[in-house]
Amino acid sequence: MTSTALASAPATPATGGATPPRRRRRRWSAEKVVVMTVLWLYAAICVAPLITMVLNSFRTHLQIASDPWPFPTDPTVENYVSAWTEASFGRYALNSILITVGSVAISTAVSLPAAYAIARWRFPGRGALEGLFMSGLLIPFMLAILPMFYLMDALRLIDSPLSLILIYSANGVPFTIFVLVSFFRQLPAELEEAAFLDGGGHFTVFLRVMMPLVRPAIATVVVFRFVPIWNDFLMPLVMLRNRENYTLGVGLTTFFGEYQNDWASLFAGLVIATVPLLVLFVFATRQIIQGLTAGIGK
Amino acid sequence: MARTARKASSVQRAPATAVLLFILPAFALFAVVLLYPMVSALGYSLFEWRGGTNLAGFNWFDNFVVLFTEQPFVEQMPRAFLHNLAIFAGTLVLQNSIGLFLAVQLHRLGRMRRVFQVLYTTPYLVSPLVVGYLWTLLLSPTFGPVNAGLQAAGLDSLALSWLGDPTTALPVLILVSVWQWIGFPVLLYGAALGGIPPELDDAASVDGATGWSRFRRITLPLLTPVIGTVSILTFIGAMETFTLPYAFGGATGSPAGATDVLSLLFFRVSFQSGASNALGVSSALATLLFLFILGGALLGRRLLRAQEERLS
Repeated sequence: MTSTALASAPATPATGGATPPRRRRRRWSAEKVVVMTVLWLYAAICVAPLITMVLNSFRTHLQIASDPWPFPTDPTVENYVSAWTEASFGRYALNSILITVGSVAISTAVSLPAAYAIARWRFPGRGALEGLFMSGLLIPFMLAILPMFYLMDALRLIDSPLSLILIYSANGVPFTIFVLVSFFRQLPAELEEAAFLDGGGHFTVFLRVMMPLVRPAIATVVVFRFVPIWNDFLMPLVMLRNRENYTLGVGLTTFFGEYQNDWASLFAGLVIATVPLLVLFVFATRQIIQGLTAGIGK
Repeated sequence: MARTARKASSVQRAPATAVLLFILPAFALFAVVLLYPMVSALGYSLFEWRGGTNLAGFNWFDNFVVLFTEQPFVEQMPRAFLHNLAIFAGTLVLQNSIGLFLAVQLHRLGRMRRVFQVLYTTPYLVSPLVVGYLWTLLLSPTFGPVNAGLQAAGLDSLALSWLGDPTTALPVLILVSVWQWIGFPVLLYGAALGGIPPELDDAASVDGATGWSRFRRITLPLLTPVIGTVSILTFIGAMETFTLPYAFGGATGSPAGATDVLSLLFFRVSFQSGASNALGVSSALATLLFLFILGGALLGRRLLRAQEERLS
């Protein structure tokens, strides 16, 4: 049920307004005022810490120490300059981008044809294969960390970004296949048949006809793999040794040890680690909200 | 709709080479990097190791026995386990009270709903590490804005060293974790509420049911499946939590182990203890945790099914 509903998510907004306007007007009362106050209050609790983070990142350490309430009088970008260059956050950001983009690209690229074959073709062992891939959704990461560590050690990939790219892209395969299979299954067969009649081979049909049709699903998968990989901290902590290779997460921990007394730079570091996700959120709000609620309420 | 579409799509036969070409890259990556380590981890726990991956011999369940009989595990494992359970219980209660309340109120709104949804979901997109460090700074007893605000409001007695005191550190950890994740249940409950036909509610109010009893008799039962799903996901998340406790208390769960959780213990045994049989013992710990999570999730699903059947 979940899979089919997830598949139809982009077409039908799960959160569409079904409340009749009549009821809304009737509730314009003291109760409504109280409720709105509570809702805005909770909204403030959600965003105030993040706003504080951003505002404090534009103040100096002295200003923060003398008055923790963050209203920058004369904003400075010095903190960003020192975090980016002295604390090598530029380097960390580059590593994080490389690893995240690489992993998402690889897991999507290998999962697309596999999901297509599982969804549209008949071959022996298809059910078992799908089940095996799905079992990967249940694997707790912690159980696999040590063997992964020794596997990467044997491949001489410890302290290389490649180890993380391999691990994340493999880890993304079950989820990516899970989502894409349900999308591919929904496409009408006539499309494929027509393409075959036009003389297309299996590969052409997949690449030219079917893949463009699941673009919304690809967008969902990319967004939903991007966030956990960008935010992951345990794997880089285990796999990386040399500072040159640090991701933003691991970089942040050393930074917090070394810059303990420079709050302004700490705030700037936190903002740097967050901005790419906020940018993603701004561009993909619809995918995120619909993806999170996929399969519910239908 | 999905079902008819599936019926229409005639599944085709494809030549074996095409199947192999399409499947193999994903399968190879999955099998080598994920499946193989996973399966070997279960095996690792049954052996004794002499430093790294040098095998000393098969030792049945000795590694598990060590966890329950030897220091520091006898002391640290139950404590960490209780903390995981506390995080689960606290999150569950707050999500299903505050989160459910917010979702129900948002559901009655019109266009404004989307704005609140976005605002409530924002913390979810920030890395748990950033969240942990941010709150460490905000709650700092010296420069922290939270305590400064409390003092300004004349609540000096509440201006505590929130994360430095073992009695408040874990509750703060739970609250911050709820602060980060609440957007998720709010969105899910909201979507489920959107799926309840308004006629049901209208019919009940014609029958004279008041707001609260309508909610209890109609809305809540219909939300059972989604509340169950959220609870199971919360359980898994709470048992595996690592990054937020690490940001708050480091690998040892400071202060005085007050924020220690199982994954931190696992991390210490695996990568910081230097014990020669670290691989065996930590694999045993990971296996136990895995079995507990699996058991808990299955039990949760059974309870949920039973509840759904009772209601339908």
